[in-house]
Amino acid sequence: MTADTGKTATLFQKTPLELDSGAMLSPVTVGYETYGSLNAACNNAILICHALTGDQYVASKHPITGKPGWWDRLVGPDKLIDTNKYFVICSNVLGSCLGTTGPWQDNPATGKPWGLDFPVITIRDMVKVQAALLDHLSVEKLMMVIGGSMGGMQVLEWLATYPERLHSAVALATAARHTAQNIAFHEVGRQSIMADPNWNEGRYYDTDERPRKGLSVARMTAHVTYLSEDALTRKFGRNLQDRDKITFGFDADFQVESYLRHQGFSFVDRFDANSYLYITRALDYLDIAGRHGGRLSDAFKNARHVRSAVISFTSDWLYPTSENKAIAHALNAAGVPVSFAEIEASHGHDSFLLDIPAMDQMLRGLVTAAATSGGVE
Amino acid sequence: MTTILRPDLKLIANMVEDGSSVLDVGCGEGDLLDYLVKEKSVDGRGMELSQEGVNVCVSKGLFVIQGDADNDLVHYPDNSFDYVILSRTLQAVYKPRDVLVDLLRLGKKAIVTIPNFGQWRVRMSLLFSGRMPVTKSLDQTWYNTENIHFCTILDLIDLIEAEGFVIRQFTPYMRDGTATRPNPRLANLFADQALFLIEKSSA
Repeated sequence: MTADTGKTATLFQKTPLELDSGAMLSPVTVGYETYGSLNAACNNAILICHALTGDQYVASKHPITGKPGWWDRLVGPDKLIDTNKYFVICSNVLGSCLGTTGPWQDNPATGKPWGLDFPVITIRDMVKVQAALLDHLSVEKLMMVIGGSMGGMQVLEWLATYPERLHSAVALATAARHTAQNIAFHEVGRQSIMADPNWNEGRYYDTDERPRKGLSVARMTAHVTYLSEDALTRKFGRNLQDRDKITFGFDADFQVESYLRHQGFSFVDRFDANSYLYITRALDYLDIAGRHGGRLSDAFKNARHVRSAVISFTSDWLYPTSENKAIAHALNAAGVPVSFAEIEASHGHDSFLLDIPAMDQMLRGLVTAAATSGGVE
Repeated sequence: MTTILRPDLKLIANMVEDGSSVLDVGCGEGDLLDYLVKEKSVDGRGMELSQEGVNVCVSKGLFVIQGDADNDLVHYPDNSFDYVILSRTLQAVYKPRDVLVDLLRLGKKAIVTIPNFGQWRVRMSLLFSGRMPVTKSLDQTWYNTENIHFCTILDLIDLIEAEGFVIRQFTPYMRDGTATRPNPRLANLFADQALFLIEKSSA
């Protein structure tokens, strides 16, 4: 898991990163990818923020799975986010496991992997690390920060924390806080990891065993929340897996079971169980309005110059339209110029990762308008 | 490049002061808003029900929220705009009175246009055919029209006055945008549509 073929930066060496929890981290390594190049005017940089189990390989082959980048469809030469024109940056979030500091990494104080001694992090901590990476890359201001799901939460924290570094911001399928239901699903995932005897209180790095079953069940649960009943019915219905009739046993009789098991087992090859605990916790702790006396709009008061947009999807029940629209209304109330659209899509929360022409049309308009108004040649 | 505006939208555009802030409720594909931003340096925002409309607006670089007057105006803070425009939409909302009050809560001025159900053609159509009128300005049948709260010019004047608002300007006009006689009773009989510039009485 520590093997990484991409770029790495070592940050916060002299001055440690002060986390929201009050803990200090030094140094912090960041795994990242860039595409295209920064122009002379330094006004064409786009930061793409990835989701919970995403990574920096937004438009390049994943080093472990060998699969194309998670937004390869949209990012690349002559694509919607045209890397001939824009300088695209995507970094592995703090706490994750593809080159960025997380519980898998050695604690400098002990020389052993952090495990559960790693401090609890927040979405804003992730964003602070991204800001330091931009400094490292000599990017003062972003033409756009964009992301879906947890990536969208990072976009919101950018708007709240570093608005002066933004020209435009686009958040898809996201929320400004985790609801009780969101927290509940994550707790199921965490308890499943912790119930795996191989987890061993987070100390499994020096053994050959990994909490594979626990992490895979966590992934299976979460994966259901990324889809929709409609999508599952269309894809699987009650179809049986490689058999003509039910077996009156607990094999994967149904295609949907087989699919979920595959999703779970393939996930553990590319993700660290402790990272999953830390990042889901960061999501649960998100409550941007909570920091501002319950008024979300107060968080965005200094972002009145940022061209912003929020996009939701009709079948997303994880971060439904109501949560996304509340963000748009809060931005609006703060005086931030904002567009909002609810895209018709039946694939559930994961719609933002899929080929949805109406979403592409909206994104194309946003990117073009941001480039034009930002003076990008 | 100068945008060619629909005649009734041109009437509205002429009322808006340069450099003001405007919310266009039911902005469609953003023709009016785009014109106001480009030609009058307006700080413009829109609201539009259809997702396709929002996409077109966004591609023009406009800021538009997908939503509707009945449910989304309540989220806007008081006095956030110089003008709030509601063009040929009041008759299509569920609660016209609440919407009108909201327009003047979040805008210093409201510009409202309506199709006039009191026009003689509409009256004659109902009188002689005995069926709900279908005219060039109101071209849908009763069962598929979006217009659920028809009113006449005099009806709207009554409502505005009942809410304690003041009509600063009243322009009745024909479909091609030519103004008709401004006398409300005559306008109620002859005009296809009418435009109202409304303010709070204390203003």
